[in-house]
Amino acid sequence: MKTWDRSSAAARFGFRDVLAEALSGAAARPGRLIVGTLGTAVGIGALVLALGLGATASGQVSAHFDAVASTHVEVTPAERAGADGQQHAVSTLPTDSVDRVDGLAGIRSAVLLGAVEPGPAVRAVPIDDPSAPAVTDPPVRVASGELMEAIGAHVVHGRAFDRGHELRGDRVAVLGAEAAERLGVRGAESAPSIFLDGIAYTVVGLLDSVEVEQSLLTAVIIPFSTARHDFGSATSATGLMIAIEPGAGEVVAHQVPIALDSGAPDAFTAAAPAAPAVLQGEVAGDLDLAFLAIGVITLVAGGLGIANVTMLSVAQRRGEIGLRRALGATRRQIAAQFAVETVLVGALGGLIGAGCGVLIVVAIAAAQGWTPVLDPLSTLGATVAGGVIGLVAGAYPALSAARIEPADALRE
Amino acid sequence: MTALLELSGVGRSFGVGAPPVLHQLDLVVHNDDFLAITGPSGAGKSTLLNILGLLDRPTEGEYRFDGAPTRDLRETERAALRGSGIGFVFQGFHLLAARTVLENVLLAFIYGSVPRHERTSRARDALTKVGLTHRMDAFPGTLSGGERQRVAIARAVCTGPRLLLADEPTGNLDQANADGVMRLFAELNDDGLAVVMITHDREIARRARRHARLSDGRLDTEAKA
Repeated sequence: MKTWDRSSAAARFGFRDVLAEALSGAAARPGRLIVGTLGTAVGIGALVLALGLGATASGQVSAHFDAVASTHVEVTPAERAGADGQQHAVSTLPTDSVDRVDGLAGIRSAVLLGAVEPGPAVRAVPIDDPSAPAVTDPPVRVASGELMEAIGAHVVHGRAFDRGHELRGDRVAVLGAEAAERLGVRGAESAPSIFLDGIAYTVVGLLDSVEVEQSLLTAVIIPFSTARHDFGSATSATGLMIAIEPGAGEVVAHQVPIALDSGAPDAFTAAAPAAPAVLQGEVAGDLDLAFLAIGVITLVAGGLGIANVTMLSVAQRRGEIGLRRALGATRRQIAAQFAVETVLVGALGGLIGAGCGVLIVVAIAAAQGWTPVLDPLSTLGATVAGGVIGLVAGAYPALSAARIEPADALRE
Repeated sequence: MTALLELSGVGRSFGVGAPPVLHQLDLVVHNDDFLAITGPSGAGKSTLLNILGLLDRPTEGEYRFDGAPTRDLRETERAALRGSGIGFVFQGFHLLAARTVLENVLLAFIYGSVPRHERTSRARDALTKVGLTHRMDAFPGTLSGGERQRVAIARAVCTGPRLLLADEPTGNLDQANADGVMRLFAELNDDGLAVVMITHDREIARRARRHARLSDGRLDTEAKA
C-alpha cells in the first residue's frame, strides 16, 4: 500500500474533467435538459426573430422608399434664417416652372404644387346648414402641369384636369380619397359640384393613391390659374415635384435651379423627397424596439427557467454531491461543475433558438415575398448569449450545491 | 508500528449549549487494522466515521492522520486526502444510475492524483478484485444489492487508499451478500488496507479483527463483539 504524501496528493480536476462531468450531469435526465433548454431557446429565438424580422421589414420599407426617392426630385425655395431666428424662404417658384424645366435631360414629367392659405370653406352644398355639425374643411391644394404623371397618382373615378383646363381657368377639381369621403362625393361620372367659399367647382376625378405627396389624398386639388383668379394672393407655390429617369437625380437636381433662375440658382433647393428617409428610420426604430423588448422579456423568463430547473437538480442530486465531496471534490469544484452545466444548457438553448429564429424569419420573408435580412454572426452571438444567460442563472444554484455538507447529504 | 489514525480527546457538538454527540474519544488505528465499531442507534457512529473521513471536524481534541494533525489542513488538502488516501463505502451504495459500472468506478479518479492513462486499467483491476468484470457495462439498476455494494467497494479501493471507511456496509444486504462483503473486506485488509467499519449488527462485527463500542458518545476500544 502506498504511503500518502501530503504534498503530492493534489486533486486534479482539470477543465476536461469539469466539461465531461457537466455534460454527463446535464444529459443524465433528458426531461430536465429539455425543460432547461426550452426556456432559453424560446427567449433567444424570439430575440433572433425580433432582430431578423425588424431588419427584414426595415429592408422592405427602405427598398420601397428608395424606389420612390430614386425616381423623384422635389424643388423648393431655399430657406435662410431671418433676423427673428426663424427660417424664411428667399425666393418663390415661378408660375411657369413646369415650362422652364420642360425638355431638360432626365425629366419625365413635372407639376408645380401649391396651396390656398388661408383655405376657403369647402362644402358639398351651396348653402350652409346651421344645424349641421361643424366640420373641418379639407385643405385646398393647387397644381399646374402633369399632375398624375409627376406624383404617380391613380385616378379611381373620372380623370385629372389638364393644360386646357388651366389655360381656360376652368373651375374644376380633383379630390383625394379622404377629401371625397368627407364631402360625401362618391364618383365623378355625374360631374358633382363642390363649393369653395360659395364658388362652384366641378369634380372631374377622384384619387385613391399617390407615390409622393401623400397629403394630396386629404385635399381638394384645383388648377393653379383658377386658384389665383378666385383666391388671389392666398394662392402660393410650395414645390416643384419632378418625376425623373432612374439615375438622373443628380443631374436634374443640378440643372433645375439654373433653369428656374439662371441668375440665382442657389435660391432653390433640389432633393429627393425628404419625408421617406426620416420615416424609414422611425419605422425601423419602432419595429426593432418593440421586437427587442419582447425578446429580452422572454430571455429573462428563460433564464429564470434554467435557474429553477438547476435548483431542482441540486436538490435531487444531494446524494451525488455528498459522494463527490467524499471522493475528494472541493466546494469550488462542485460549484464549477454545476455552473458549467448551466452554461451548456444555456448555450444549447441559444443554438436551438437561433436556428429556429432564423428559419422562422426566412419562412415569413418567403411567404411575404420579402428578401430576408440576417446577420450571419447572429447564430454565434445567440449561442454565446445563451451561455451567458445560463451562467448568470446558474450562479446561485451552483453556490447552493457547493454549500451542501457532505455528511448531511450522505446520510439521506 | 506507526499509527495511521490517532484520535486524542476528540469530541463533537452540534450547536451552542447542545450535549456532545462524541465526548473525549481516544482511538488508534494501525495500517493493518480491521476495526468494527458497534453501538446503538444515535450513539454517534456516523459522526465518528465522518470525522475519520475528514467530512466533518471535531469541535474538541485532535485527530492525526499518518502523524499529521488534520486541524491545520486547508479544505483543498482535506479534499485531496479524501481523494487519494481514504475510500468510502456507504449503506446506500451511492452509485450514479446513469453511468455504467465501469464509469461509476472511474468517478473515483477524477478528483484524485492517478494519471488519466492509468485510470481504466486500475478500474478494471478493482472490478476484477470484487468479481464483477463480467458486469462492467451494466447499469446499477440491473444489479443486485450485493453487486452494487461490490461496485462501491471497487470504487473505494481503486485509487489505492490507505484507509477504507464503511458505514453500515451490509445494512441493505441479505446474509449471503453480507458474508461476501465481509470476506472482501478481510481480503483487502490482508492486502494491507486498514478497514474501519461501523455497524449495528454484532454478527457482522464479529467478522472484524478488532472491536470497539460507542455508547453515549464514548468509545470503549476494549470491547468484545
